[in-house]
Amino acid sequence: MRDIVETVVGFARTVRAAGGRADPERVQAMLAALDHLDVLDPRDVYWAGRLTLCADPEDLPRYDRCFAAYFSGRTAVPRPRRTPPPAVVRAVVVAPPVPDPPSDDGSAAPDDVSVASASGVEVLRHRDVSRLGPDERAEINRLIAVLGASAEPRRSRRLAPASAGRLDPARTVREVLRRGGEPAVLRRRAPRVRPRRLVLLVDVSGSMAPYADALLRFAHAAVRAGTSGRRVEVFAVGTRLTRVTRELAARDPDAAMRAAADAIPDWSGGTRLGEELKEFLDRFGQRGMARGAVVVVASDGWERGDAALLGEQMARLARLAHRVVWANPHKARPGYAPLTAGMAAALPHLSAFTSGHSLAALEELARLIGDPGHA
Amino acid sequence: MAHTIPPPRPAGALPASPGALAELLDEHAYLCDDGLATACFLALRMGRPLFLEGEAGVGKTELAKTLARVLGAPLIRLQCYEGLDASQALYDWDFPRQILHLRAAEAAGATDAARLEGELYDRRFLLARPLLRALETSPSVLLVDEVDRADDEFEAFLLEVLSDFTISVPELGTIRAATPPVVVVTSNRTREVHDALKRRCLYHWLEHPSYDREVAIIRRRLPDAAGRLAGQVARAAATLRAADLLKPPGVAETLDWTEALVALGVRDLDPDSAALTLGAVLKYREDRDRGLAALFDGG
Repeated sequence: MRDIVETVVGFARTVRAAGGRADPERVQAMLAALDHLDVLDPRDVYWAGRLTLCADPEDLPRYDRCFAAYFSGRTAVPRPRRTPPPAVVRAVVVAPPVPDPPSDDGSAAPDDVSVASASGVEVLRHRDVSRLGPDERAEINRLIAVLGASAEPRRSRRLAPASAGRLDPARTVREVLRRGGEPAVLRRRAPRVRPRRLVLLVDVSGSMAPYADALLRFAHAAVRAGTSGRRVEVFAVGTRLTRVTRELAARDPDAAMRAAADAIPDWSGGTRLGEELKEFLDRFGQRGMARGAVVVVASDGWERGDAALLGEQMARLARLAHRVVWANPHKARPGYAPLTAGMAAALPHLSAFTSGHSLAALEELARLIGDPGHA
Repeated sequence: MAHTIPPPRPAGALPASPGALAELLDEHAYLCDDGLATACFLALRMGRPLFLEGEAGVGKTELAKTLARVLGAPLIRLQCYEGLDASQALYDWDFPRQILHLRAAEAAGATDAARLEGELYDRRFLLARPLLRALETSPSVLLVDEVDRADDEFEAFLLEVLSDFTISVPELGTIRAATPPVVVVTSNRTREVHDALKRRCLYHWLEHPSYDREVAIIRRRLPDAAGRLAGQVARAAATLRAADLLKPPGVAETLDWTEALVALGVRDLDPDSAALTLGAVLKYREDRDRGLAALFDGG
């Protein structure tokens, strides 16, 4: 019996090392499951583990790999790897130098300004995040972390006690009972108001690299602000679609960014925006995630694929979502016009089009997300 | 209709292996593969809830119904929706009856206030909603359908009920299940369900069936379908699933489609009969055009 326990614990370690969920409670469950099955039958062992150590369709391929590796060559158990965490701001660091257009608000920002003073912060607010030094970036990151964007409210189906509204029979009668059967005050209830779901699709391709870090930090602040209800979902879009909501749920922004960087396989690669958007809609959006939500697409609209597909999918997204907001950091460049094929295809389907290239622009984005009056 | 329904099994006699359970499910016209059979078997043996995820129409809800028939136990269904709260899922007090009782006692000249109050919070004034009803009915199969539609407040008390199969009513005490119900939780993944809830469950991801299995399912459920037709519909369904549609058809749609074709007396699936009945299987206009093209133009 001890043999089985050792085998299962070793297998669980393999799964954990590969990034799977094999916490002690789940390992216990797998052992309990094997009690009822034939431990000598590989199929039974496979299913006992799959039913207890997985909790998501995305877990399944990894589980299959671990199972094959562990039970075919039992010696090849990978040790839990201790890779050094990747640089947090690597998307920004590898960015090619961006040509320096004149500052947006006219006041030229000195390059090595010390940012302790209030006016320093004010200047910084309007600086393009792609051209910040390390200290300035740390300062901006601190300010982004408190943005906590939240989507506009909607009426929920859930009723809560209120001073005016429909009659609440349960509370009214309870009141009557408390007073020994004498009819007393009428209690009322009304629908509660909750924020809509907020879905952020952040482009992490090469052309967006200077801004991806700031935008993901913006997303992290929104996820943190909406933690209690998990009403914020974040996806990284490049050549692949990666859901990073769970990674960004960590409290510490730097830890969250590290986790997200680990999860995203295609930092600074190309973009297939139309195809990724389609995948998002097929797998998540149409099932309900995009329905009635405020959806933010943060991208420069450089579409390497078919722009017609992007237009089609944007139309589909607009039909599902309550509002679609597009943030394109290049919009702030002087003389910018949405001429790229992708951007032109997406434009007719947007409720709002903004930039998101600086702290001030991100504040504006947060306001657009929460306030339909400006859409 | 056509298949005979075997008598329910005596309660308590659990199948001895996943294979035996699969055979029982088959007797009740539900065909499942190794994985699903093992999942159900373990759910019964370990008393753990079964958490089923998968595309719409792969047979998640149907499985719970069939399990109830196999076990000869009533199916208690809790359909989740946003705003579902404890008074709709767990229990509620029957306030009108409580007041009536109070008035009647007053009219009869009752004076013992403490006793009267004790009577008011009696089990007979408690309305059992699905979760409480499932704990009080043994054996029973509890289906918590589309849990992702409920909001996360609901997940918290569902977790509480599923961890130790008790419900505590402050005025009454703790109600415990004599035998925990068999629990099937389904989700369409519109929202990530909290990991704490999944950890309590056996997790199974249901796929669309393979071609052979789908033919077998059609034959099993609709014996009136001509042998050729079942194969053609299953092949067409596989084609449609590969055709990049907004909503690929599930098994439920395949069965609806076959039923529609049988009702029209169709013995062979041809473009005309397909066009006439495609509304049973594809529910978007874009899908209809693309589906017809995939079925009959591509070859």
